Amino acid sequence: MHTFEFIRPADVANAVATAAQAKTAQQGADIRFVAGGTTLIDLMKLNVETPARLIDINRLPLDKIEMTPDGGLKIGATVRNADLAHHPVVQRDYTVLSQALLAGASAQLRNMATTAGNLLQRTRCMYFRDAAMPCNKREPGTGCPAITGSNHTLAVLGTSEHCIATHPSDMCVAMAALEVTIHVQGSRGTRAVPIGQFHVLPGNTPQRETVLEPGDLITHVTLPPPVAGSSQVYLKLRDRASYEFALASAAVVVSIARGNVTRARIALGGVGTRPWRSPEAEAALVGRSANPANFRKAAEAALRAAKPQSENAFKIELAKRCLTHALQMAATA
Amino acid sequence: MSEQKPTEPRKHHADVRGLSRRSFLTTAGTAGVIAALDGRDLTAQSPSADPPRIDDRVGNAQVTLHVNGKEHRLRIDPRTTLLDCLRETIALTGTKKGCDHGQCGACTVHVNGRRVNSCLSLALMHDGEEITTIEGLGTADALHPMQAAFVAHDGYQCGYCTSGQIMSAVALLTEPCGPDDIAVKELMSGNICRCGAYLNIVRAIQQVRRTA
Repeated sequence: MHTFEFIRPADVANAVATAAQAKTAQQGADIRFVAGGTTLIDLMKLNVETPARLIDINRLPLDKIEMTPDGGLKIGATVRNADLAHHPVVQRDYTVLSQALLAGASAQLRNMATTAGNLLQRTRCMYFRDAAMPCNKREPGTGCPAITGSNHTLAVLGTSEHCIATHPSDMCVAMAALEVTIHVQGSRGTRAVPIGQFHVLPGNTPQRETVLEPGDLITHVTLPPPVAGSSQVYLKLRDRASYEFALASAAVVVSIARGNVTRARIALGGVGTRPWRSPEAEAALVGRSANPANFRKAAEAALRAAKPQSENAFKIELAKRCLTHALQMAATA
Repeated sequence: MSEQKPTEPRKHHADVRGLSRRSFLTTAGTAGVIAALDGRDLTAQSPSADPPRIDDRVGNAQVTLHVNGKEHRLRIDPRTTLLDCLRETIALTGTKKGCDHGQCGACTVHVNGRRVNSCLSLALMHDGEEITTIEGLGTADALHPMQAAFVAHDGYQCGYCTSGQIMSAVALLTEPCGPDDIAVKELMSGNICRCGAYLNIVRAIQQVRRTA
């Protein structure tokens, strides 16, 4: 691990001002915020991340879960995944989020990992994590050995010829289906970013994963008011029963009235280069009868643009079955 | 770790020269890391003593940890993980380093009563916090009920993952967890046992949960 200066900021403004001196907020940033550390310390040990300055945000007042005036929920940046998953309002009104959080990592890691950190979780692509290998995300222009190499776990949606790395988060998939808003404080003030606009596709700049700029600190996330009568499911399929990243997952928030789907929010995990909201699946569902045949049609629509690699074509069918099954679970809940 | 007193293993590993394998490794490991990282425990020094000469570039970060009820004022390299700080600077070697990447759970300790992977946390992030390691759980003469249950149910073979398993299991007692074995397995999935003692680990935990 490269050495660094460890900074305990007095307040959020101080943290933002310090971080604003960074050259980039993306891969290889020279200044990083640290909260849980579960991704960043791991990558620093691998020399994938080599910040010269580390800003510890754990003591900043960003660890609260509060109701918002409109009936939604405000989740502080450093709220731990375990606390969010077990919060009574989340368990009651945002079950898909609680289920997604509890499907991720281990109990120890969920006690450490934070809301903002999970939004910025990094891919598990083995080429990205191995500093001895070429990787366009880690070292732009060096190539993507995953495309001709080991890509069993990598993405089939949103890929480019430069990068096929999967976004690993479960939490983000549920948040995409819940249409959360991410609140950022930067050197030019505060702004709110819908989660659908927060993560960017790899394209020809896979080193850029989000819209964050130097100095930008995620302060909190807001959940919209719960949709009355909606049914929510997070279903995760993986190589072992627990403590493993998704090969395919589905977050569904659907409303069904008199046998017909009246509203649907669908997102997929484990298959996309970012948390994968599927407006195609949603359009295929709304106004139609809630039955297995229509659920399968929605799943076909969600994966229509999928591009398989040498080892991961199975993911396309797996994701379709995952979404179909999740919808069936929601319809019969 | 197959004997009756897992918290005091040095009695069971003494070699013919009277220096136990454990105490030798502890001594050598501590000396080695001070040379390498300049990490040191200042707690035992009198306040009037000259401050130790420490390179300003590394090894000069100050942190106070409360470990098993004892305060440690430390000067460490900022890169020092909580795990390395416990093992190498404070010389509490009961906590184990397995993968060093948060994938095995051998390094599990409690921070402010919650279980965490100490390998993925910097010691500097825990200034003033309460740390509990396996050494703080029970004594050889008065085992924690979970330690006793692991002995009774043979919840280990080689013992390397055991302190992490027990720290996880003790934390589990205060977490939301369903009554069935499947719920225990899910909440213990962050602790890998290469020997495959899982069945007996679950039995040990369930026995403690039933009698708690």
